[in-house]
Amino acid sequence: MIAFRMPSLGADMESGTLVEWHVKPGERVHRGQVVCVVETDKGAIDVEIWDDGTVARLLARPGDVVDTNGVLALLAGEGEDWAAVAAMPSETAGRVATPVSPSEAAGRVATPVSPSEAAGRVATPAPAMAASAVPDASAVPAGLAAVSAAPAAPAVSTIPAVPTAPAASGSPAMPSAGVSALPPESPATPAAPTAVQRPVVAWLPGTGDAAAAGAAPGRARATPAARRRAMELGLTLGRAAPTGPEGAITLADVERAAHAQGASPIAPERGPAPQTEAERQAAMRRAIAASMARSKREIPHYYLGAELDLEPALGWLERYNAERPVTERVLFAALQIKAVALALRDVPDLNGFFVDGAYRPSAAIHPGVAVALRGGGLVAPALHDADRLPLPQLMRALADLLARARRGQLRSSEFADATVTITNLGELGVRTVYGVIAPPQVALVGFGRIEQRPWVRDGALAVARTVHVTLSADHRASDGAVGARFLGRLRDRLDQPQELM
Amino acid sequence: MSEMREDACGGPQACAAGAENARAADETVRQAVLRALADIAPEADLAALRPDRPMRDQLDIDSFDFLNLLVALNAALGVDVPESDYGRVATLDAMVDYLARRGAGRSAGTGPAA
Repeated sequence: MIAFRMPSLGADMESGTLVEWHVKPGERVHRGQVVCVVETDKGAIDVEIWDDGTVARLLARPGDVVDTNGVLALLAGEGEDWAAVAAMPSETAGRVATPVSPSEAAGRVATPVSPSEAAGRVATPAPAMAASAVPDASAVPAGLAAVSAAPAAPAVSTIPAVPTAPAASGSPAMPSAGVSALPPESPATPAAPTAVQRPVVAWLPGTGDAAAAGAAPGRARATPAARRRAMELGLTLGRAAPTGPEGAITLADVERAAHAQGASPIAPERGPAPQTEAERQAAMRRAIAASMARSKREIPHYYLGAELDLEPALGWLERYNAERPVTERVLFAALQIKAVALALRDVPDLNGFFVDGAYRPSAAIHPGVAVALRGGGLVAPALHDADRLPLPQLMRALADLLARARRGQLRSSEFADATVTITNLGELGVRTVYGVIAPPQVALVGFGRIEQRPWVRDGALAVARTVHVTLSADHRASDGAVGARFLGRLRDRLDQPQELM
Repeated sequence: MSEMREDACGGPQACAAGAENARAADETVRQAVLRALADIAPEADLAALRPDRPMRDQLDIDSFDFLNLLVALNAALGVDVPESDYGRVATLDAMVDYLARRGAGRSAGTGPAA
């Protein structure tokens, strides 16, 4: 059984609101597939799942606020019967879905930390397993005892960089005969806690809420759209006669019941508690403020600057674009990102995360590209593996990333995975950027405006287009010499633009 | 509008008809440009856009937006603006003129593209 958890989508993210599901029980999902939409301070995010499997039970409902690492859904792994997983009693499901077994945790900790794991660990306190166990341990089938008795394990998010061994993912194999096959909506066994309608699914030590896990025995089966609409109309779901598959109440059933009851239809809106634009802006501002304040509080920044002659790179790019139709043109921003990514290969002390008092380099290079959003706000979604993308592909990926950032259609992996940030404020007329590092990253590369300047080349005065590039770096992870080496490598890369293809 | 278009001449009647076609083509192109701009900068007030001032100063458009604009206009009007000509399409009027002069907006049967 696999627990699909709320990923950490930023260093300071504590919780998110589930907006809608894109999958339903019985549906097969594969690694990297977008399965739901979550609303956070940074806007709506398409959340990807990182396991292959079959959806068994959706535990979080649209409108639920779920803490980072809280369980959103249960899945059946390869070879498991999803119906059996779905039919597990809710308190058992809740208990099994609590933090991972020590072997799994050890397996993950021993390998290079993925950025989202690091962020998750920084953002959420490790829950005390013993304290969060439900009161009645006697209801636990023998096969589950090993997991539920496990000592406290560090919180890890759902986006591991290293795939866990099949045996370690989710719980130990459960013989379905050993699990009482109760349908999800049947009344809970006497041992289960009764407070199950709580919207917040939190791993709070000592509250005993772990088993609640969003699963509410006794509630009617309904599609998420139907549930949301019923909420909007103030209609009790039980009043709608179900016509959907497996006795589920559909949106049409709710509308019909509402009409029969005489409720006035309200135009459906996306999401449970629609925020005004001002509220959304304010929330984003608070999130950015928290991140920046933490950065300046915790990270001892040092700053290095250099001026780079861009004539070789720009001249090469002009010739490149002149030979191509508008649909294949490459913008200098793509060249900058490729050059930075390749330079970082030579300076691993600037590409990784500072977590739990230690620097952990990242083998993969995923630059976060800072994007100013129309109407205010800032995101820096990751452009995955920028060092390995051929330039035309990088350009297309970058254009797509920017468009989706502005439309609010970014994916969870784009929030969680950035290993360094690149900020380009040149088009806004800024000459030099003195940037603030986004924790838990350890570096930020800033580009200013490309300007024509007097330049000495081979002892003679010339005019060259140059740019001020700056490196903000975490002095706990690197020293000035390292930063200087990076700027030197970046200069070398931009001097050889044909090598950036 | 600057020079006369090639197919606008050929006798007084043909001239008048040619001028009329040119104006119609201009309007088609203008509408296409405004539609593409609306797609790229949906919150912009295009009615207030000054056609004789650079577009990128008035609208919040960056180099990616501008490239997307050219891609959209290429698809809609069949004209590809090379990088070396970017300076000639900075204002709305200049862009409409440039595109129309290269045959954009002509309906079928009014002559070959310039």
